[in-house]
Amino acid sequence: MSDALIMTARSLRLSVRSPDALLTALLLPVMLMVVFVYLFGGAVRIGTGYVDYVVPGVLLLCAVTGGSTTAVTVCQDMTGGIIDRFRSLDVPGTTVLAGHVTASLARNAVSTLLVAAVAIGIGFRPHADLARFAAALGVLLLFVAAVSWLAAAFGLAVRAPEAANGAMFFLMFFCYASSAFVPVRTMPWWLRGFAGHQPATSVTETIRALLLGQPVGSQLWIALAWIGGIMAASIAAAMVLFRRRTR
Amino acid sequence: MQDELAIQASGLVKSYGDVRVLTGVDLAVPRGSVFALLGPNGAGKTTTVRILATLSRADAGQARVAGFDVIRDRRQVRRRISLTGQFAALDEVQTGEENLRMMGRLSGLSGPQARQRAAELLGQFELTGAAARRVSTYSGGLRRRLDLAASLVARPSVIFLDEPSTGLDPASRQTMWQVIEGLAAAGVTVFLTTQYLEEADRLAGRIAVMNAGRLVAEGTAAELKQRVAAQRLDLTCPTRAAFEQVRCRLADHVVHLDETSLTAGVATDGSAGQVRALLDAADPGRDLIAGFAVHGATLDDVFLTLTAAPAKETAHV
Repeated sequence: MSDALIMTARSLRLSVRSPDALLTALLLPVMLMVVFVYLFGGAVRIGTGYVDYVVPGVLLLCAVTGGSTTAVTVCQDMTGGIIDRFRSLDVPGTTVLAGHVTASLARNAVSTLLVAAVAIGIGFRPHADLARFAAALGVLLLFVAAVSWLAAAFGLAVRAPEAANGAMFFLMFFCYASSAFVPVRTMPWWLRGFAGHQPATSVTETIRALLLGQPVGSQLWIALAWIGGIMAASIAAAMVLFRRRTR
Repeated sequence: MQDELAIQASGLVKSYGDVRVLTGVDLAVPRGSVFALLGPNGAGKTTTVRILATLSRADAGQARVAGFDVIRDRRQVRRRISLTGQFAALDEVQTGEENLRMMGRLSGLSGPQARQRAAELLGQFELTGAAARRVSTYSGGLRRRLDLAASLVARPSVIFLDEPSTGLDPASRQTMWQVIEGLAAAGVTVFLTTQYLEEADRLAGRIAVMNAGRLVAEGTAAELKQRVAAQRLDLTCPTRAAFEQVRCRLADHVVHLDETSLTAGVATDGSAGQVRALLDAADPGRDLIAGFAVHGATLDDVFLTLTAAPAKETAHV
């Protein structure tokens, strides 16, 4: 078994054994969806059922809230002594981080399943064939991976786990100021330019179109470009920060 | 020749920003010995250990550990050493046994081998009872022991211990010392840092005293004591005013001060001539000193004398 697998198994074990983080990763998305559909949904008129509209947004938000777990555990690794032990066992820093990112993907996969199950229970009716489902899941997981690497970079950049958590909270703003929960056209004019052209909107629109059987168009490529860009920048930043922290 | 040395370093220099942490450190530690780096907080002990353990890179100078260069042959060095730092390198939410098994797997053991090695170490460190508990429930002493056990999974030949007993209660410290003595008896080279003279005196064959980023002395505990002075002359004053005057006159020669008994100690070789000269220097008017005593120097005296030296240099600038 390679170091990467050992580190992934470790990160998974850490996730399973911290109940609050697990609760955040699994239950929060479901609760958020219920809140959006039943509390806010009645006030949102968008032509179709609000639950159909909101599911992709909830999945995005859950990637971001789950990211805070990654940021916090990376930060804890760096501030405690364990990173020195790993390094003296010749485990590369990127392998330790990749373990956390993979665990984050696993947590999100489970919470996505939960959200999907509950969504269907409360009236979510996707119109997609298997290929479109697979494509939607693929885009979502790529987004989760990008956000997790970003979270890892945040965890390396700050000195305290609380600060790591705070940094991820800031990212939630991107989910709210996008088409994830309400159409961009309903926003004030000064926000529309930003909301219509930021990554959370592209990714939401792509997943939504894939799930609801609507034409995807160029949105898919824009979303993939955003995801690729964020992931590349985050991995590069994480490597630079890791080197600086272990000088 | 070099293979006789487990650790060999010359001219190690390291700065963090504008702060010069190491200003030229040379070390030579023979195989199978216990070596203590003794110094106050901020002397550069941890930085030295991190450079030798390949975790940090010196700005200048070179170092060989277990026969390999710490930069060029980093991987070879890492296979032969372990570092136990001031922070426990353990996962709080994993059990003691899981932590050991994980370290075993990372050092290249198979699943069953890692399990067996973990069991061995748990037995050796008397941790079997706590093996199935999460580390978050461990006491400080237990945690430190598990941390040390984890560092030994891959059977290193050189062990770095950064302040192994800092923060431990006296009983746990005794246990830790026995564990370290056990490692030394098994032929492993031990390089430890400490702020405690007692610890260096008890564990180490050779001691290097470090202050402000450089080594100020090196030798066995006995040699160091001799190097400063074989004996100490304690001068007791009748009044505080007299005490302050004596302290002033002796200035940098003072190696020991006791404010409550109004006693100042200076180094001496114990000869009548030198004692008489010191008395005259401290008390030319013959009314400041009520009594004196001469006794063998302790390692504390050595430490204070040596680490006070740079302060004296700057005082003249």
